[in-house]
Amino acid sequence: MTGSPPAIEAVDVSRTYQLDGVSVEALRGVSLTVRPGDYVALVGPSGSGKSTLMHLLGGLDRPTGGRLVIGGRDVNALSPPEMATLRNETIGFVFQAFHLLPRTSAVENVALPLVYRGVSARQRRERAAAMLGRVGLGHRLDHRPNQMSGGEQQRVAIARALVTEPTVLLADEPTGNLDSVTGAAVLELLERLNAESGVALVMVTHDQEVAARAQRRITMRDGVVVADSAAHDRPLPVDHGRPETLVPAPSAEPRSVSGSGPGHPSGGSGGAAGATGRLPREPGPSHAGADTREPGRGEPEDGAT
Amino acid sequence: MRIAEAWRVALDALRANRLRSALTMLGVIIGVASVVLLVAIGTGTKQQVEQQVEGLGSNLLLVVPGKIEVGTAPVVSPLTLKDVDAVTRVVGDPERVAVTVASGATARAGARSDFTTVQGVLETTPAVFTRSLARGRYLTGTDVDTSRRVAVLGDSVARALFPDRDPLGQQVTLAGVRFRVIGVFAPLGQSLGVDRDDEVHVPVTAAQRLWGTQRVDGIAVKAPDRERIDELGERIVAELNRRHPDTEFSAVTQQQILGVLGDILGVLTGVLAAIAGISLLVGGVGVSNIMLVSVRERTREIGLRKAVGARPRDIGVQFLLEAVLLTTIGGVTGMALGVGTALLVDALSPIPAAITWWSLALAFGVSAAVGIVFGVVPAQRAGRLDPVVALRAE
Repeated sequence: MTGSPPAIEAVDVSRTYQLDGVSVEALRGVSLTVRPGDYVALVGPSGSGKSTLMHLLGGLDRPTGGRLVIGGRDVNALSPPEMATLRNETIGFVFQAFHLLPRTSAVENVALPLVYRGVSARQRRERAAAMLGRVGLGHRLDHRPNQMSGGEQQRVAIARALVTEPTVLLADEPTGNLDSVTGAAVLELLERLNAESGVALVMVTHDQEVAARAQRRITMRDGVVVADSAAHDRPLPVDHGRPETLVPAPSAEPRSVSGSGPGHPSGGSGGAAGATGRLPREPGPSHAGADTREPGRGEPEDGAT
Repeated sequence: MRIAEAWRVALDALRANRLRSALTMLGVIIGVASVVLLVAIGTGTKQQVEQQVEGLGSNLLLVVPGKIEVGTAPVVSPLTLKDVDAVTRVVGDPERVAVTVASGATARAGARSDFTTVQGVLETTPAVFTRSLARGRYLTGTDVDTSRRVAVLGDSVARALFPDRDPLGQQVTLAGVRFRVIGVFAPLGQSLGVDRDDEVHVPVTAAQRLWGTQRVDGIAVKAPDRERIDELGERIVAELNRRHPDTEFSAVTQQQILGVLGDILGVLTGVLAAIAGISLLVGGVGVSNIMLVSVRERTREIGLRKAVGARPRDIGVQFLLEAVLLTTIGGVTGMALGVGTALLVDALSPIPAAITWWSLALAFGVSAAVGIVFGVVPAQRAGRLDPVVALRAE
């Protein structure tokens, strides 16, 4: 494993926002390496910096400190258009809220990243249709998002993320807007694609049981990584399928993490907890239920809920 | 992103909000249509006036005291019929010389009256100015020589005074003196809102007696050919200057009159176009406004597009094309509307209208430019959106 070059490498990355003149430290020195084929779960309470980290790993944002290398390119050296191209070529995004274009067919939604790659219309359709086939929606090519169920919409979004054959798939609460049965199916799909194509899967989740299925689990709190189970179960790229705990999927309770979220910062990093400056909003979102909420806004790093 | 793809996306976006797109276009449509219509009316008026001036007869030379320029005050004429005789000697052909002494007067017939312009003229007027009669006869040399009280009525005057009678042989009273109607002019219509049929011709001698004057206002000469018209004018002016050293005289040709009128009407057309241009500008502001709304509404879409690899320029171009599409579709529609209205106005009203290609090209160019100018700010705003913030927008 250590032999292949990292897909993403973050070294002591920090991200500070200026909000109304107040500095908010969302990330305070995170080091992390994502290798091709990895399956990483990123967990932590609201405001721990998960989403900020995801945005950085996906090249949507730049660190204010440290070094971030995506696909072999140092992000700090790239212009906005170069960042866009980098995202297009190396990253696939899956969002909690799907983010499909309305009034646009499934196949066109999937083909969208190829538009910005200059692929011809016919090739786009071919590749998008093939990708939809791989996610089990070969029969829904010309359906629009409002004609599809949530699970189907998320499958379309997954197909869109993978149609460019990226090296990393970043999924931000991909099952958060789905019921547990559908969510489990989507999760299985992501895992299968990860196993089949070797795309690294980095997933933000609140669900401990979901997180437990990952090869590697990174826990964040107050802008730092407090635990990284990188070492142990790395060697089985194909067989990380279905731990017994997940089979009775409907009973999986996503609230276990979020409920305890705000209470936790008392731990080892307690001194830093207040420094992140996330004051009034913290308790609100964190126990509203991880599976129904849209990403918040306004605060830089609470998107992951 | 390829440009064809960007067009398609822009078109789709406009289709998605049909009503709003249509209303936004309406501002541009009205602006462009009014530019086209008002320029057409200005041009049509100019053409009409030019035709009428040309219709006065070719090779016409008007000799008047003072200078013919816009903005100079009229000069009291020192000319008399003796000067006319002198001019006739210079010209060499009495048939080519006409005079006028004109004044407003009330014409009465029975209980009816009409305020009109009474022109004292020579019998040569129809030949020099190319006028024709509908009924009766024109003045003769004898009428002029004997100051006979006979009158030829313009069409409007004839209708006003004799709505239900044949005016020939009837009496009209001009400034209290009775004249006998011997002819009626064929109608000429209007020019710049002036009724050209509102006049009465009487022998110049009779008119001078009527007003107790010896003067004539001006002399018109029909030159034998175009080449010598300027030279003839100079000789006439020289002769008049010799006879009246204190007064300046001008001999102007039809071309010079056309030039002056053309300048005035050109300015008028320009002013009309500028006023219409203001409405086009307002339409452009509407486009800008709606594009800003559109950018805000589609912030998530912009975020998503950026996440999957759209560069700032791709997004900017997409929104710019959308604005340009709005204004050019509006522009073409406005052109069609303007042309249609102009044709209707020309056909159904006394206002003339003529479509010119330059006004269409200008209107289209301006509407496309409006789209670019007013689309740039929203497009830049869209292009610069932070994808992280954009993705989180509601």
